[in-house]
Amino acid sequence: MPQDTAPTIPRVPPALAAALGLLPRTPVALALERTVRRIAVAHPGLIRRLGPHDRARFVLDPTDLPFVICLEPNGGDVRVGVCGRPGQGTTRIAGPLAALLGLVHGAYDGDALFFSRDLVIEGDTAAALALRNAVDDAEIDLSGEIARLSGPFAGPVRRLAGVAERMTGVSLSRPEEIGAW
Amino acid sequence: MVMEIVCPAGTPAALRTAVQAGAHTIYCGFADETNARNFPGLNFSREEMAEGVAFAHAHGAKVLVAINTFPRAGAETLWHAAVADAEAAGADAVILADLGLLAHAARHHPGLRRHLSVQAAAANADAINFYGREFGVRRVVLPRVLSVSEIAAINAETGVETEVFVFGGLCVMAEGRCSLSSWATGESPNMNGVCSPASHVKYREEGGALSSTLGGFTINRVAAGKPAPYPTLCKGVFRAGTAEGHLFEDPVSLDAAALMPALRDAGVTALKIEGRQRSRAYVGQVVRAFRAAVDALEAGREVPSGLLTRLTEGGATTTGAYKKTWR
Repeated sequence: MPQDTAPTIPRVPPALAAALGLLPRTPVALALERTVRRIAVAHPGLIRRLGPHDRARFVLDPTDLPFVICLEPNGGDVRVGVCGRPGQGTTRIAGPLAALLGLVHGAYDGDALFFSRDLVIEGDTAAALALRNAVDDAEIDLSGEIARLSGPFAGPVRRLAGVAERMTGVSLSRPEEIGAW
Repeated sequence: MVMEIVCPAGTPAALRTAVQAGAHTIYCGFADETNARNFPGLNFSREEMAEGVAFAHAHGAKVLVAINTFPRAGAETLWHAAVADAEAAGADAVILADLGLLAHAARHHPGLRRHLSVQAAAANADAINFYGREFGVRRVVLPRVLSVSEIAAINAETGVETEVFVFGGLCVMAEGRCSLSSWATGESPNMNGVCSPASHVKYREEGGALSSTLGGFTINRVAAGKPAPYPTLCKGVFRAGTAEGHLFEDPVSLDAAALMPALRDAGVTALKIEGRQRSRAYVGQVVRAFRAAVDALEAGREVPSGLLTRLTEGGATTTGAYKKTWR
């Protein structure tokens, strides 16, 4: 039986978090929005699975970063904002950046993160659950999506993501397919 | 005979993960109130079900479709359509709980194998044999209230296959009859397919402590750093006289891996993993672990256990009623 060896969830070092906090928010938000729109087009089930929550305002709060991401699926016309404070949202999903990325990539189980208190949900629990289930089914690969948007730099971007993943233990891409039993 | 591993899938991605992790069989449901995990963002459309069945069959695995809520009077067509659509999708069996739906399936879909859901709470040989005789039920999922010796006694008195839970959420209520969720929210797993619906759940963090409310009732408050339980009434904290605590049920998960040899000797056909509401990360890890355990058992090797604690509620496991140490 394989070992249950899920490591402790890594945290963004404070110095790096402070540096990321200095990034101009509008260009970061635009880049994120472009990526998420592309993902939504590639995975139409993502919006469909949100059902009645597809116009909710999701506040994604990486607790080890000095900003939050506001995601509005808006029925498929996705909008993304980056703000300094959580502000008003339908629901807030908070946890270390590595936990949120691990959820996106299927590296972590949302319920297990909730049990261990690494993940906090506030506001509309049903909306948060719908988003989590929709994302889990979409089998998203963020590094792959960013690489595809990087044109001639796709190869270096992928390699850089791979190195960063190995060095930090943070899930930056969808894990390799498990071989058939 | 090798015990069959029956694995949960709440989404097509989880189904593919389960198949690739070594599941013999996957159970799943349609995205409506016909199944007992009717959660936001979860479950299968008709098209996804057909694709999932085709994928599983191509890899030598089976698919069971859970249609295990109780139809509302006057709305039976939704449940009847689910049975017909499961058959059309190529499902290997349907998992049913309601007497009327069992009768309908037996009459109109005689070629479709029928399993009895745990929601039917059939916990003795007489009840199981009734379902076998009257509705052609071929397998029963046993409630999580029986000891291994009681399961062995049932198997000695019935020709209906038995399937038992070995891992995941632990429900110790009379399943299909529990009214705790509907008392607090008006919705239940039995009728609406959801226990403690997320739309009625609120979490609040104050000073590091996490409060959970269900239908406006505060049912739990855990201190900073302590594990959080599911927001179900059965795992809430209650005050009775001077005592305060988990009066119904502790927030722990079932892990009966260590009992697999005993369950095999008791005549169990299939081992069920709970968790259609869980992610593909959970499905992959748990299925892979239990498939390895079944293979170890068949090869005469020791069956390891207790290796999935990180995925469990409360970070703790129990063998539940299989070993009734309180008796």
